[in-house]
Amino acid sequence: MRIMNKPGYYGQWGGAFIPEILYETFRELNAAFAKCRADKAFWQEYVELMSTYSCRPTPLTHAENLSRHFGGAQIFIKREDLNHTGAHKANNVMGQGLLVKRMGKTRVIAETGAGQHGVATATMAAKFGFACTIYMGEEDVQRQRPNVFWMEKLGATVVPVTSGSRTLKDAINEAFRDWVANMDDTHYVMGTVCGPHPFPAMVAWFQSIIGIEARKQIMQYFGKLPAQVYACVGGGSNAMGIFQGFLDDREVELIGVEAGGKGIESKQHAARLASQDASPGVAQGYKTMFLQDSDGQMCDTHSVAAGLDYIGVSPILSDLWEQGRVRFESATDAEVMAALDLTIKQEGIIPALESAHAFVHAFKEAGQLRKDQAIIINQSGRGDKDIFTIAHAFDDPSWKAFIREKGKQYAAD
Amino acid sequence: MQLTDDLRAARAQKDILLMTHLVLGYPSLDVNREVVRQMVDNGVDCIELQIPFSEPVADGPVILKANQQAIGHGLKVRECLTFAAEMAATHQIPFLFMTYYNIIFKYGVEKFFKKAKEIGVKGFIVPDLPPEEGEEYLKLATKYGIAPIMIFAPTSTDTRMRELAGYGNGFIYCVARRGVTGAQTTFDTAFHDYLARCRAATDLPLAVGFGIASKAEVELLKGKADIAVIGTATIRLVEEKGPEAVGPFIAGLR
Repeated sequence: MRIMNKPGYYGQWGGAFIPEILYETFRELNAAFAKCRADKAFWQEYVELMSTYSCRPTPLTHAENLSRHFGGAQIFIKREDLNHTGAHKANNVMGQGLLVKRMGKTRVIAETGAGQHGVATATMAAKFGFACTIYMGEEDVQRQRPNVFWMEKLGATVVPVTSGSRTLKDAINEAFRDWVANMDDTHYVMGTVCGPHPFPAMVAWFQSIIGIEARKQIMQYFGKLPAQVYACVGGGSNAMGIFQGFLDDREVELIGVEAGGKGIESKQHAARLASQDASPGVAQGYKTMFLQDSDGQMCDTHSVAAGLDYIGVSPILSDLWEQGRVRFESATDAEVMAALDLTIKQEGIIPALESAHAFVHAFKEAGQLRKDQAIIINQSGRGDKDIFTIAHAFDDPSWKAFIREKGKQYAAD
Repeated sequence: MQLTDDLRAARAQKDILLMTHLVLGYPSLDVNREVVRQMVDNGVDCIELQIPFSEPVADGPVILKANQQAIGHGLKVRECLTFAAEMAATHQIPFLFMTYYNIIFKYGVEKFFKKAKEIGVKGFIVPDLPPEEGEEYLKLATKYGIAPIMIFAPTSTDTRMRELAGYGNGFIYCVARRGVTGAQTTFDTAFHDYLARCRAATDLPLAVGFGIASKAEVELLKGKADIAVIGTATIRLVEEKGPEAVGPFIAGLR
């Protein structure tokens, strides 16, 4: 990461574009975060929590069948799906939970797209005894219904957001609206490396545990650094997590894969850095590359993966992109379904739709590498949460028959 | 600055000034035109014209919906500028732009100031631009003689208020309470202590907004603030009773 010339800036990106009402809240948050960051015991407590409450370190799996299938690089998969609650989101959330305890606040709120961050936050709130409200775009409530069920069971209030495009960006706006009214007892658990400073720095710090482990593991199993590391990019937290393990190793190429949706030319996508469609802007508290029109109004984005369906991208990644340190690609919905199918059949592993974007590009390029080279794919989450979307996308006849039957039963109740 | 002087001169004649707000393009520019006329005819002293933005984080449900519908109907920033030019040329009172920073940033910050100066807009209210992020903005405000309105909040400390006042001009917008626009405000002791802190921090006129909707509330602000801001209330009124209800409502506030 480039040295910041102004607090909260990465090159020309980032900042803290916050309303005055939150000025004191951010001053306190910055101070609390700086204190935790400087305290070695805090990080130890975090690592211990993640190794007893979650499954850290998560394994690095050698995907031998896929490696053989493509006949090139040895493919390794970093298994963030094996975290408690099924995704890398748990890392950030448990870290912020410890921070909230230290700040003495009693309520947490969060936005969620795919629902993974919402489930992780509701889980953390249940464990630490915080009240919890989750904001989720109405469209995402529809496509990620199982996660809504679990959030509610965990004791959280789930508020469907009906404004705007009814997706992740609108959920973030609503979470901010809650926060400006309730900042005295409430902490906003931002789910990704976006938003106003210090969130990008904070979330990147908690997620860096992925890269620290992955670097150690690849050295242990493969004896040398990978040629490439792939991660999907929505806001960018799993990508920042794994990339930080290799940022200083210039020989390791880092590739972020964004949502190509129905294809870049269709304009129905969420590719900020991999397309020509985004431009610099300031929204949701920070400056980055946004998908917006010439007036500065944010566009509707599209992806089969709710967690990637977002207008902006981490300011840290915009900077790494501008420096040429991270290459950005996009994967279409159709390519994602094919990569998902192949991974399930070959390895018995079910990546989340979000994570499957990273697999698409790794698969495109693995064959061009030698067998004595390795690549790592960050599997940010598990796909069984997506059962409704995936079954629908595969147009699975027996699943449809099951749903019809269930519907009939419930209708008769 | 001209806006400060104009407001002070107006305030010398009245116990309290009224500033109103409207979202451009909601429900349409034609209705906006009629609403502004009714406001001015009934003695409003200053009007903020909100240029819609797709992500209005500081606004509550009523203004949020107004922003999104105006954009949904295809309203463009250039139409807002043309409309503001027409209003400033037609009416004698000062007009301000309220918007979010991305609208200005995307237009080009200096280009936007230049344009506003040209059409006679007197000040900007930008709720998501703290002075720490507004170095260029503040410099250009001085250069073009446009008042960068600073915002005080109940959470602002005395030190912070003095710091903000140092950056501001025209007047200070005092947010009456926590939360977003449009919800009810309680005018309790804490509120009056807050206004006293605002008063102590600056000589600039004080405008108080967020949830002010009745004559009784305007009355309460007399002697404690210089300007009462009526925002969401008139938008609701236009939605429920049409633009012709605005005049009598404004006339009944003071």
